[in-house]
Amino acid sequence: MENFQTTLGQVNIASIVIFFMFVAISLFITYWAAKKTKTTSEFYAADRSISGFQNGLALAGDYMSAASFLGIAGMVALKGYDGLIYSIGFLVGWPLVMFLIAEPLRNLGKFTFADVVAFRLKQRPVRIASSFGSLSTIIFYLIAQMVGAGSLITILFGLPYEVAVIVVGLVMISYVLFGGMLATTWVQIIKAVLLLGGATFLVIMTLSRFGMNPLNLIEKAAAMYGDKVLAPGGFVTNPWDAISLGIALILGTAGLPHILMRFFTVPNAKQARKSVFIATGFIGYFYILTFVIGFGAMVLVGHEAIAGIDKGGNMAALLLAESVGGQFFLGFIAAVAFATILAVVAGLTLSGASTLSHDLYVSVFKKGKSDEAGEVKVARMATLLIGALAITLGLIFKGQNVAFMVGLAFSIAASANFPSLLLSILWKRFTTRGAVASIVTGAGLAITLIILSPTVWVDIFKNESAIFPLKNPALFSMSAAFLVGIIVSLFTKEEEAMIKFEDEKLRTYLGIGAE
Amino acid sequence: MSTKSDKAQEIVNSEKFKKLVKKRLSVSLTLTAVVLFVYFGFILTVAFYKDLLAYKIGEHLTIGLPIGIGIILFAWLLTGLYTYWANHSYDKSVREFRDQILKK
Repeated sequence: MENFQTTLGQVNIASIVIFFMFVAISLFITYWAAKKTKTTSEFYAADRSISGFQNGLALAGDYMSAASFLGIAGMVALKGYDGLIYSIGFLVGWPLVMFLIAEPLRNLGKFTFADVVAFRLKQRPVRIASSFGSLSTIIFYLIAQMVGAGSLITILFGLPYEVAVIVVGLVMISYVLFGGMLATTWVQIIKAVLLLGGATFLVIMTLSRFGMNPLNLIEKAAAMYGDKVLAPGGFVTNPWDAISLGIALILGTAGLPHILMRFFTVPNAKQARKSVFIATGFIGYFYILTFVIGFGAMVLVGHEAIAGIDKGGNMAALLLAESVGGQFFLGFIAAVAFATILAVVAGLTLSGASTLSHDLYVSVFKKGKSDEAGEVKVARMATLLIGALAITLGLIFKGQNVAFMVGLAFSIAASANFPSLLLSILWKRFTTRGAVASIVTGAGLAITLIILSPTVWVDIFKNESAIFPLKNPALFSMSAAFLVGIIVSLFTKEEEAMIKFEDEKLRTYLGIGAE
Repeated sequence: MSTKSDKAQEIVNSEKFKKLVKKRLSVSLTLTAVVLFVYFGFILTVAFYKDLLAYKIGEHLTIGLPIGIGIILFAWLLTGLYTYWANHSYDKSVREFRDQILKK
């Protein structure tokens, strides 16, 4: 560990070769998928041809972003146990997706989760409101990913930031534009396998230094940095903050549009259920690996070297890869991290494009009257639009602190998307006005409160003290969204929606008439 | 909007179907409550009694570590439990109802 020298930031041949192989293979898949992507069902939902197991891997691929791989490994490397608290929050949302959302969503929806929210309510107001929730979640998430991609690639490959953002944008656009959901799904699957394989190998190489026993590694870490690395530390400064963040993490997962959209790619509710089981298993396994990787970096690379390269510790996993596997393995893990970003932004872009074309253009602007070929064309144009937006925002936010945007995306998802979706599935008396009021309240409060919070008001706008005390608004914005949704619904009766709720029970519970 | 056959209507109103819906909701909501209880129990412990998680069970090892990893495994096992219930019990009833409606 003494004077650990890294080649990070220099041109790494292995990394470039592996990355180009990934791009070549994924573009070949896109070419194959393009031939099968002509109808709306093919473009948005891979013609519902994805199996439960494949979708489970793809869901895991969508969820395991480079931010969670590098970020959580880094947090564990620098702070120890606190990183695990984050992982637990990210994982525990999945059982809730399964118990509450996955099957009714699959049975009632067609291409987007707004299909389900608007199912028995008035289409136009609900679609407009839920598109607002959906698009703001996607855009904040995209900004965080694009800026992360630019900075990561600058460190990894020595490429200029702008070039990196444009390359990521163009490759990702071509997956979605030509190959639609089928190509996007296979890119996710390949990336998930590479990431899980790479992380497993990294863990094995690390543990081989500790007699294959993780306990030896952990004891060594405690001996070096003190017992505090094995217990909760600075994660909680304010208990309410911890609760609010917890809500955003677990309920946000159940409201992420690009995750929810994946449930329409499987043939039925049974496969939807299976895909959550598979995804939860892989994601949980991945977080356990990340925990070991973090401790490995702490011991084998050391705090000083990790924080010396990046204050947040984001390079910990890569430094560990170099330390246990040399330059070639560093190149491999770096290429995998790059591929990970590509896959995640592709998933986000596809779901943003479907919101624009399916929810806004067809259901609101064309009042549901649109022909197949026309809608696919619009969806492709929407893809170009969202892709261009992602590149532009990536360039605008260069050098900005955007880490809070992932938290913001999760808060909006938990406050705007999740309450309306859950109430529309479970509650007979939910009304159009209730839904619109709930979504507007949730999204509006989440955005306003985060601007007034210490994360933005103090850290970014450099004010002395924050107007809203918590770093994460979900506790308030989510509760308010539920309350407003319920109160407004109780005051506005909607007979038709109540009749449809009973009528469609065969579809919700038995899948009869599902798309 | 109701384009369903009388048969379908009859099933929606039948006690047996209502019982199935109720059963499903109670399984989903119970499991949800268990997950929320375990997770927020953990977060509240982190927030208010974090010394409990620092309790040593080895030379350096704390109890917080197996508990943390345990919650991840537990969450996954619950999804497995639900899948098992749904595949074996729920889907069987679903198939019976579907046969009644679709095969006339």
